Amino acid sequence: MNSETSPPPVPSPSAVTTPAAVRSRRFRIDDRYLAPLLITFILLGGQLSFGLLESTPKTALAIIAAILTELVLVRLYAGQWPHLASSYISGISVGILVRSPAVWPYALCSMISITSKHVIRVRGRHLWNPSNFGVCAMLFLAYDTVAGLSIQWGNNLWPVMVIWLLGSIIIWRVRRFHITLTYVVSFMLFAFLRSWITGHPWQAEVAPITGPMYQLFVFFMITDPKTTVQPRWAQMVVAVAVAFVEMLLRLSQVVYAPFYALFLVGPAANLIEIWWTSRAAAGRAMPGSG
Amino acid sequence: MSHGPLPRILLAALLLGMLATPVLLKHLAARNAPARSDVDRTAALTRYGFYLEEVAKATGLDFRHEAPTLDPQLDHIMALVASMGAAVSIVDFDRDGWQDLYVTNSREGSQNRLYHNQRNGTFRDVAPDMGVADVNQVGTGVSMGAVWGDYDNDGYEDLFLYKWGRPELFRNNEGRSFTRVTDRARLPRWLNANTAIWFDYDRDGRLDLFVGGYYPEHVNLWRLTTTRIMPNSFEYADNGGSKYLLRNLGNGSFEDVTEKVGINSRRWALAAGAADLRGTGYPDLFIANDYGVSELYFNEAGQRFREVGKPTGVGFAPKSGMNAAFGDILNQGRLAIYVTNISEEGVLIQGNNLWVPREGTSGDALRYDNLAREMGVELGGWSFGAQFGDLNNDGAPDLYLANGYVSADKRRSYWYDFSKVAGGTSTIIGDAKNWPPLGGRSLSGYQQKRVWLNDGAGRFIEVAQLVGATDTYDGRAVALADLWNRGVLDVVVANQKGPLLLYRNTVAPSHQWVAFELEGTRSNRSAIGAQLRLFWNGQQQLQEVSGGSGFCAQNQRRLHFGLGKNPTVEKAVIRWPSGAVQTLVRPEPGRVHQVKEPA
Repeated sequence: MNSETSPPPVPSPSAVTTPAAVRSRRFRIDDRYLAPLLITFILLGGQLSFGLLESTPKTALAIIAAILTELVLVRLYAGQWPHLASSYISGISVGILVRSPAVWPYALCSMISITSKHVIRVRGRHLWNPSNFGVCAMLFLAYDTVAGLSIQWGNNLWPVMVIWLLGSIIIWRVRRFHITLTYVVSFMLFAFLRSWITGHPWQAEVAPITGPMYQLFVFFMITDPKTTVQPRWAQMVVAVAVAFVEMLLRLSQVVYAPFYALFLVGPAANLIEIWWTSRAAAGRAMPGSG
Repeated sequence: MSHGPLPRILLAALLLGMLATPVLLKHLAARNAPARSDVDRTAALTRYGFYLEEVAKATGLDFRHEAPTLDPQLDHIMALVASMGAAVSIVDFDRDGWQDLYVTNSREGSQNRLYHNQRNGTFRDVAPDMGVADVNQVGTGVSMGAVWGDYDNDGYEDLFLYKWGRPELFRNNEGRSFTRVTDRARLPRWLNANTAIWFDYDRDGRLDLFVGGYYPEHVNLWRLTTTRIMPNSFEYADNGGSKYLLRNLGNGSFEDVTEKVGINSRRWALAAGAADLRGTGYPDLFIANDYGVSELYFNEAGQRFREVGKPTGVGFAPKSGMNAAFGDILNQGRLAIYVTNISEEGVLIQGNNLWVPREGTSGDALRYDNLAREMGVELGGWSFGAQFGDLNNDGAPDLYLANGYVSADKRRSYWYDFSKVAGGTSTIIGDAKNWPPLGGRSLSGYQQKRVWLNDGAGRFIEVAQLVGATDTYDGRAVALADLWNRGVLDVVVANQKGPLLLYRNTVAPSHQWVAFELEGTRSNRSAIGAQLRLFWNGQQQLQEVSGGSGFCAQNQRRLHFGLGKNPTVEKAVIRWPSGAVQTLVRPEPGRVHQVKEPA
């Protein structure tokens, strides 16, 4: 879900405000906090039950580095205090996804993630999901020190089911469930296709999606509102495209295929949309254009 | 966000700088590493104080390990499953004062070797004559390792052989032959064990046995009734083999007291070690587990064992533990623990663990910090056996590490498929039929070994290629011993599906040494568990006689101390397993001191 740059879109307030609606809203969690809550739940659940993290201080460092970088950059460059939900998600994603015995990759990855969204922008939009950019950069540039999350949720299926269920409910509420569902269905179909191509057991091809790495990927990266295209149908097309490129990478035996697939497809889709939108806007601005 | 060009340029430069950081760090690390060149013995001797020369064939060690062929249902991943069994243990089985070698083989019908030291620089296999060769007969399983200990206190080291199959105990008949006494000993009938150690956990003067199961004991790997035999998680597996603590009753038989003393683990044990870590006089037990966290059991006066992995810090992050070795790396009189794991660039960087006792903690409040990275012994590839020993006699324990998992096709790797299935749920990873076929590919193969020299000030420097440890076989067990009574530690390495290697050590003559051979009287006669603190040049070093350490290995029982140049040795203080304390004043350097426990 969501953006590490900005929280998910908040549904428009109802035009009619009744006392019941006011009461209901009073107890309603602001949608901007849903994503941070979910990822915190994943973090705490994983850590308390199975010791998911490489180390608690390293994850804390990743979160602090992300928040501080966001604070400094936004304050310096925009003169504002930012909402910290997105940088918190970036930090926590880095803290979970990065595995390294060293300390510095956690801070550096968070800093790269946050800085990238302020630097790499086209017409005011950043192209990459920040933590996707940061994690890919570390996996590519610091491959001798950094690996991605490969750990499982213990050895049971139920924590996986709980996370999927809770995540789906939340992602449904912020209206991005279609992206997750499209990706998951595509992944499964492509997994069977890969199995057919390689002759490997289908269980082995499906296996990766049962892990926490994918839960973070499908709930927090591919659904990022700031780095996904706008039309609903286009979001679904991009989700299929990510799964397809991931399949190609997997057939080439790339271990961190989903991250690299999103790294490649996400910005390309955004650029196409930016180009398409500006072209349409230019067309509308032309005298006599219809 | 301000959109002026300068701030944006600065921000872009900042991002570029961040992206360049890992590359620069790598470059700096490469610059600081010793320059690689061909082995120059003179230079190695001058610079590092020693060099190694591989002399196995020249000394008569003509052994090549063979792997088992398990149930055909495992054919597609046979090399992954049948990936252990090369082991070596050092013993002076005939008490002639010269160290001998016992080497295990793992093909069905293959023979183990007992290499008798001929005292002239060569070895001769006497296993068939002595009755300890033909131990891998079809239907009985195959050898995984062996440990020596004088369980009947007759002065001669006996042999415990652990297998994927029926474990065996051989009594040493005064160095002339061995008698199989397995049935009388009441050992478990079938195990799939990859570690065992002798130790006297209750200090009754008789050596007990700890055996750690890997695959569950109900599994016969040659006749599978199911393919669901694999670990149910890559990091949290709890469906491995049982652990066994077998108490020596003193009448030739052993009693299974595992449950009684509170050991109840089904993790996938690959290495175990025992040492008195708290100064209680009782040996604590450390277990390095594959597919999970390590376990540390505090020994509560020989009555119970209490698992303290998490509170002590060693049992928190799950990795792929494959080694347990103890060493007083900072010469502070405290033992650190070295556990090996897997590191493969770009895929999985677990890093090895060097558990160093935290300053100011002791007793039940003992805590450990992993200082492997800080001290430079973290990355060793797919690491297996490792041992501490002062290779250059400079007074600081060094570290020798063997590594490499499956060396097959150099151009094709199984890592992608391995990572795929390792991430699956228990239903997927736990079933061998779900594992993609290996198909002749390598998995962390052809790896360079690590020889880490301890500078005595908290840093280890890697010098393997520079001192002559240049092989790239799939290393498993490492054992250190002074094979020719020269006052230096030679290195023996058992390789999976590879030759047994013997690295003969040559040390700068100016580096002195002293050694101690202990014999218990009230304590177990092997003196396993005896601690010796040597005080010299204003420092001390602690060593403990071990009944098995590393991975599927056992060093010589003799305690060897490097002393550096011009040493002034003050004293050696021995604390025997019985609790008796004995002090040797100014033991003379340059010789092996035979010490018998005062009656």
